[in-house]
Amino acid sequence: MAKSDVKLLGAWSSPFVMRARIALNIKSVDYEYQEENWLVSKSELLLKSNPIHKKVPVLIHADNPMCESLIIVQYIDEVWSSGPSILPSDPYDRATARFWSAYIDDKWFPSMIAFFWGQEEDAKKAAIAQMEEGLVLLEEAFGKCSKGKAFFGGDRIGFLDIAFGCFLGSLRVTEKAGGIELLSETKTPSLSKWAERFSSDIAVKELISDTDKLAEFGKKLQAKMTANN
Amino acid sequence: MGEVKLLGTRHSPYLHRVIWALKLKGIPYEFIEQDLDNKSPLLLQSNPVHKKIPVLIHGGNPIAESVIILEYIEEKWPQNPLLPSDPYEKAVARFWVKFADEKGLSISKVLQSSGEEQEKARKESLEMLEIIEEHAPGLGQKKFFGGDKIGMVDLTLGRLAHWMGVTEEVTGVKIMEAGKFPRLEAWMKNFKEDPVIKENLPEFKDTLAVMKRHRETLLASK
Repeated sequence: MAKSDVKLLGAWSSPFVMRARIALNIKSVDYEYQEENWLVSKSELLLKSNPIHKKVPVLIHADNPMCESLIIVQYIDEVWSSGPSILPSDPYDRATARFWSAYIDDKWFPSMIAFFWGQEEDAKKAAIAQMEEGLVLLEEAFGKCSKGKAFFGGDRIGFLDIAFGCFLGSLRVTEKAGGIELLSETKTPSLSKWAERFSSDIAVKELISDTDKLAEFGKKLQAKMTANN
Repeated sequence: MGEVKLLGTRHSPYLHRVIWALKLKGIPYEFIEQDLDNKSPLLLQSNPVHKKIPVLIHGGNPIAESVIILEYIEEKWPQNPLLPSDPYEKAVARFWVKFADEKGLSISKVLQSSGEEQEKARKESLEMLEIIEEHAPGLGQKKFFGGDKIGMVDLTLGRLAHWMGVTEEVTGVKIMEAGKFPRLEAWMKNFKEDPVIKENLPEFKDTLAVMKRHRETLLASK
């Protein structure tokens, strides 16, 4: 088995790493996984493979390192072309999937981060409002992209499902921490059902982290950053 | 294949990325100038989420976000490719496109701020240039980041070829010291001299006037 040909540097808590792992699972790629305990120290291999950002995930394929989760997902889709497609085939649908993935990374997830690190009530409330607004847009986008099917990508999980679904764990932690419901059958009916389907998909199931474990890690992260300041 | 319309403002670096891609591939389009202080129904309808330019409308279908537009153009019109065909080289190119797109914002911030905030933006811009000078593959060996021909990384960094200079002159803040970035300087010269780019750059003095007004308006409202 050519398992050593493909290596992924990751962290169990990272939604971005999850994206790469889901993609590798979809294509049934055998790979070696190296857990980075980045809160404590970064491995030499990580620092060498991603000298500019020093972050996970990093995919190393035949000694070629590449970084940035969505770029890695696209690479996986292109190289293992005999497996199920991750990106849509139509260029306009691809642009739509990329648009919403960029929205999630550039606007929606940063609101979640703002809530996580927010010190004052006002800032936290504003962050939640932004997240809710985003979910309304994504609920609508789901209707358009799925065209009545189970996932953003249609019958199977695709690029946008992966880009968004990786944040479901953090979303649940946020809901618990804020005592709020962000994804619900009343507010976001389609996304609610989609979330369940996504989480139980065979390519995703084993990668879902326990909400409490994630919440605990979050607290550790907050404590460390506070100690550093 | 359907007509191509492009919504933008004449002096936007983001708009120019798309213009250059269309020109390099020989794709005819209609430019529809936008007034961002008085947004048109067409703009609001085509980009309801961000309400920004550029927006490409192809056969009635709108696409927003310049880098996403570039990927769409590349896929729809494969002639004169902007990305390598090898998947790994493509992944590397996309990394640098993302880097240039995100870090390039610091140059905008230099224009849009003053005092401490501006100094921070200047340092971030400098850091971006240092990283590119040191790490970008092919720089110094080939004419462009894309090799012998202009590619997507070159287009995304096009801001350096015109708008960085404008920013420096408007603000009096130097971002790129002469002589400190030999490889980048060589690239900038090659890029600006390319006939397609040269023919599709606004007049320096015109962009200068627009950016000066833009900065004054912004600072006055703070």
